Amino acid sequence: MVSGLKAIWQLIRRLSGDDAYGQYLKNHAQLHHADVEYHPPLSKAEFFKQWQDRKWNGIKRCC
Amino acid sequence: MNKLLQNAIWVFVSVLGASAVGGIAFNRGENINALWFIAAALCVYAIAYRFYAAWIAVTVLGVDETRATPAERLEDGRDFVPTHKWVVFGHHFAAIAGPGPLVGPTLAAQFGYLPGTLWLLFGAVLGGCVQDMVTLFLSVRRDARTLGQMARDELGPIGGTAAAIGTFIIMIILIAVLGLVVVNAMKHSPWATFTVSATIPIAMIVGVYMRFIRPGEVLEGSLLGVVLLLLSVAGGRYIDGHETLRLWFDHEGLTLAWWVMAYGFAAAILPVWLLLAPRDYLSTYMKLGTISLLAVAIILLQPDVKMPAVTAFIDGTGPIFGGKLFPFVFITIACGAISGFHSLIASGTTPKLLGNERDIRMIGYGAMLLESFVAVMAMIAATVLDPGVFFAINSSAGVVGADAADAVAKISSWGYPVSVEQMQNLARQMGEATLFARTGGAPSLAVGMASIFGSAFGEGLLALWYHFAIMFEAIFILTTLDAGTRVGRMMLQDILGTVWPKMAQTAWTPSVVFSSALVVSGWGYFLYIGVIDPNGGVNILWPLFGIANQMLAAIALCVATGILVKSGKLRYAWVTGLPLAWLVIITSTAAWQKIASDDIRIGFFAAANDLTDKLAAGVLPPAKAAIAPQLVFNLHFDAWLTLFFVSLLWLIVLDMLRMCLRYLTGKPVLPLTESAYSTCRFHEDWMRD
Repeated sequence: MVSGLKAIWQLIRRLSGDDAYGQYLKNHAQLHHADVEYHPPLSKAEFFKQWQDRKWNGIKRCC
Repeated sequence: MNKLLQNAIWVFVSVLGASAVGGIAFNRGENINALWFIAAALCVYAIAYRFYAAWIAVTVLGVDETRATPAERLEDGRDFVPTHKWVVFGHHFAAIAGPGPLVGPTLAAQFGYLPGTLWLLFGAVLGGCVQDMVTLFLSVRRDARTLGQMARDELGPIGGTAAAIGTFIIMIILIAVLGLVVVNAMKHSPWATFTVSATIPIAMIVGVYMRFIRPGEVLEGSLLGVVLLLLSVAGGRYIDGHETLRLWFDHEGLTLAWWVMAYGFAAAILPVWLLLAPRDYLSTYMKLGTISLLAVAIILLQPDVKMPAVTAFIDGTGPIFGGKLFPFVFITIACGAISGFHSLIASGTTPKLLGNERDIRMIGYGAMLLESFVAVMAMIAATVLDPGVFFAINSSAGVVGADAADAVAKISSWGYPVSVEQMQNLARQMGEATLFARTGGAPSLAVGMASIFGSAFGEGLLALWYHFAIMFEAIFILTTLDAGTRVGRMMLQDILGTVWPKMAQTAWTPSVVFSSALVVSGWGYFLYIGVIDPNGGVNILWPLFGIANQMLAAIALCVATGILVKSGKLRYAWVTGLPLAWLVIITSTAAWQKIASDDIRIGFFAAANDLTDKLAAGVLPPAKAAIAPQLVFNLHFDAWLTLFFVSLLWLIVLDMLRMCLRYLTGKPVLPLTESAYSTCRFHEDWMRD
């Protein structure tokens, strides 16, 4: 029961983008740890701004 | 034993589905319970999903769960991100399901509940879902390329250009018709106008909250927004009751149309975090919440559908829009049955998130089934109203007369009794001055939803429910409107960039302002002609939108059919070829009638000539005579536009057939652009996200 509710909560957070920054940090660590020129991850505010701009670049809603 | 049980369950679902479809199809003269619609829909969807969709996925497309998707191969943590299937499903559904499936069925209910419902069910499982799923599959196999790119790569430059032009124009018409729906819902309704206007500052508050106060806290910000939205619905009642304040929000359609245009322009040039993104959060939650609530209410309440199965208006004399059952029911209901717009989401956007090909059926086919279900609920909400009330709300003054007594007499003479007192009572209950001639579909849907919600969750709050429903429709109409204007602006900047490269810089202010203004004037023009049209405008704009949307669907199905043939799957090409043929038949017939019909309520030229004659004879009232030259110009313009749509459609169909013929006779064609196989890391369920 509790784990079910937890899973639903995770799904809602993921769907809404509430945990997008956490995902980004995880991804960043995985994808870039071996890069020659390591760039530190973006701050939460900066990441969020870019994330939103990118999300609305293109057809994202229809009739 | 397990197998036997499964078979038994599917036999049961088939029998239940067949009885439910049969029940709603053959019921005559008596009210029928809405649960039959729900049962019919769920059974048809279940069978189609389990058997037809699975067969297409495995046999026709050959989805391969061991094959890496673009999200995995090109993963960059930004655009390409393999994502859990339910999250992809949520994003995909939120993107495809807009106001279209709510408005179309409401308008098509003038033919009775049956034609629209059957087309929603069978159009979706054989057409719309197939289009969405196949397009998704093809884009996944082509590095998540867009429909336009695939058309260019696989069919050639003609197909590519047609897809690009088609996409741009359909966007313009779509925004205009949606704008008209909102304007009609707000016209002379201070309460609705206040609530809808309040969504703008509320979105901005949420935007500022998420950007500066608590960056990235999406759920917190959205919760704040939803609470404010509900307060604004309640606050509208106060405004409506206040003698001075109500005047600020009491406007003519034309004034509101100018405001909607100003809003669209502002939304296209303001930063996305301030308006577009937060508004989209709110509209998505409102949409999902309200639709679930409606489903629960229908199941709890089990209302009776009062509209007859088929009305006399199948002969083309309907008050909401002119035209016979065939082809106009198929044009009026695009979204919910088959919508070309979806192919723009299914290609380019969703494939960048899809972690494994095996989920293509669930996301492509499944999400469209859910949209079709939303449309069936809209049909229920429209048809639980007394037919007399339904027609009184949706018939324009130009058709039934501006005087309430004339209108009820005319509507009652059709065999749908309604009285002035009944309409006045209803308007008072809903907190509106009048409900006569509130065309566009939104008010009648809101009355339907309010009566369902009211009966299920408390009768005393009808006015609140009504304005909640209006707010719910308006908020995501405006989301489509502002997102569409912005995308249109960027497309235009791209096009202008080919002439003068500096115009393509999406951050260069003069280019942004110029192209936004151009896009807004594009849809603003159609919105304007819709608002000044004495017959309510929906009669003109909605069929144009339907034809454009079906044309885009035909383009997507052309790409799909062409690729199936080129892949040596000629014997399965009917899977997309048959829906394509049907769309070509209905759009061509509808376009032909809109151009050539002698009936002034259908044919654009006939209406223009009629108006010219009346103007020359001096029989028009002065107000109408003043705008008559403009109306005549508009009608001519609409006719040429329809001709353009149908020519574009035939051009791409013939281009596709030419390519297929060349392939089948062994002549060279453009090569398939499917990307090479590489092995998927995530093919075990537990490995995925």
